[in-house]
Amino acid sequence: MKEKVIVFDKVVKSYPSYTYITGGIKNFLIHFNKSIENFKKRHVVLKEISFEISQGECVGFIGRNGVGKSTLLSLIAGVLKPDSGKIFVKGKVSPLLELGAGFHPDLTGRENIILNSILLGMTKEEAFAKISSIIEFSGIKDFIDQPIRTYSSGMVARLAFSVIAHLDPDILLIDEVLAVGDIEFQKKSFNKILEFKQKGITMVLVSHDLENIKKLCDRAIWLEDGKIKMDGNPEEVVEEYCKKIEGKV
Amino acid sequence: MKDRNFKYYLDLISVLVAKELKVRYKNSYLGYLWSLLNPLAMALIFYFAFKVIMRVPIENYSFFLITGLFPWQWFSNSVGSSPGILLGNASLIKKVNFPVYFIPISSVLNDAVHFLLTIPVIIVFGFLFNKFPSPIWILGIPLWFFAQFFLTYGSALLISSINLFFRDLERLVMVFLLILFYVTPVFYDITLVPEKYRKLIFLNPVSGIIMGWRDLFMKGAFDFKFYCLYLLYSFILFLFSFYVFKRLSYKFAEVL
Repeated sequence: MKEKVIVFDKVVKSYPSYTYITGGIKNFLIHFNKSIENFKKRHVVLKEISFEISQGECVGFIGRNGVGKSTLLSLIAGVLKPDSGKIFVKGKVSPLLELGAGFHPDLTGRENIILNSILLGMTKEEAFAKISSIIEFSGIKDFIDQPIRTYSSGMVARLAFSVIAHLDPDILLIDEVLAVGDIEFQKKSFNKILEFKQKGITMVLVSHDLENIKKLCDRAIWLEDGKIKMDGNPEEVVEEYCKKIEGKV
Repeated sequence: MKDRNFKYYLDLISVLVAKELKVRYKNSYLGYLWSLLNPLAMALIFYFAFKVIMRVPIENYSFFLITGLFPWQWFSNSVGSSPGILLGNASLIKKVNFPVYFIPISSVLNDAVHFLLTIPVIIVFGFLFNKFPSPIWILGIPLWFFAQFFLTYGSALLISSINLFFRDLERLVMVFLLILFYVTPVFYDITLVPEKYRKLIFLNPVSGIIMGWRDLFMKGAFDFKFYCLYLLYSFILFLFSFYVFKRLSYKFAEVL
C-alpha cells in the first residue's frame, strides 16, 4: 500500500462574482446594495469533491472547459483555499507554468532561467549549479544571452519547460503545457515527463489531449458539473467521455 | 512551503530586486542620470517658483529642496507603482504558492536603492553650501532608511492588495500622493506653517521622515526621541497593512 500524498475530502470551492467590485470603488458606491448582494452570490465550481492520490501515481483530469480542472490544480498548489472540506498535500509541489509565466521579456534567457528557478523554489546555489544543464536541455545556445522578447514563442516555451525539468519536486502539476515547441522538443519533453514518472514523482495532469492522457496516466478522473463523474482506468474513462461528447454532438 | 529557510528568502528578494534594477537599466546606459532627472527638475521648478518668485525665507534653498525631494521620490515612486505590481505578476500568483508579499518588497527596495544612489548628489550639493557629511550619518542613514522602508512597504502592501478588488484605486492613489506631497514639508519648512495647522502636518507620517532626513543631511542632527516616535508610527501602519494583505492574500488567485 503506497502512501497517500494528495487527499481531497469533500472539497467545495466557489468563486465570488466580483464583477461589481472589480468595477471599482465608484461602481461599488453607486450600486452599493447590489454590490453587497453580488458579493454574497458565489459561483460554485467544485461540489464536495473527494479523491486520493498515492505516491508515484500519474492522474489525468478531463472534462469540459470551465468544469474546474485548473481550479483543482490551484487547490493542490495551495494558491487557492477551499470554502469547505479538507485538502492534504504532502511534499514539494511544482506547477508547470503556462508558457513563460514569471519571465521578463527584457531579460536575457540566462537571467530568466535564474529568476524562474528561484521563483519556483530553488536556491541561488542550486540554480547556478544547474544552469548549464538547463541551457543544454533547452537547446537555445546562440540566443541564450539575448533578451527573450526576441525569442519565438516556441523558444520561450522550451526555456520554461527546461527549468521545470530541472526542478526536484515531489508532486508535479501539469496544466495543458505538454505540446510545446517543435516535434523534436515535444518528444524530448514527453520523455522527460516519463523520466519523472519512473523516478516515482506524483503527477497531476490536466489536458484536452486525450491521447496523452491515455499514454501517460495510470488513472483518469472525469469531472462534470463540479463532481467526479468517473474515476478509473484512463482507457475506459476516456472512452466513456468520448461517447458522451459524441452523443451530444 | 513552510520548510523553506531564511537563505531561500534572501535569494528570492535579491533576485527580484536585481531583476527590477536590470530591467530599469537594460535599455539605457544613462539610467542613473534618468532617475536623477525627475527630482532635480522638480527641485529646479520649486526653486524658481518659491525662491525666485515668492522669495521664501529659507537659506540654501536648493540644498534644502533636494534633501526633501530625494527621499520623497522613493516614497512616491514606490507607492505610485504599487497598484500595478500584483496585477503585473498575475500569472505567477495564480500558479505558484510563494510568499506574495515579496513582490512589493522588491519594488520598494528597488526604489530604495535609487534613493541611496542619490546620496552622493546630496553630498555634492552640500559641498556647494559648505556643509559636509557628519559622522552621525553612519547611524542616521540606516535608521531613517529603516523607518521609511516600513512606511513605504506598508503603504505598498495595502494599496497593491486593495487595488485587486477595487481596480480604480490606482486613480485615487495619484490624487492622494499629490495631496500628501503638499501636506509634507518637502518644499517648505515646518516653521513656516501657521501654528494651528502644525499638528496636522506632524500627524502625517511622511512629514516626520522627510524632516528627519533633512536634519540629518543639512545639520548633521539626529533626534533620537523624534526618530523613535516616527519609527513606531511607521511600524504600526506597516503591521496594519501587513495584516490586511495577509487576510486578502487568500483571495488574490480568485480575483486576478
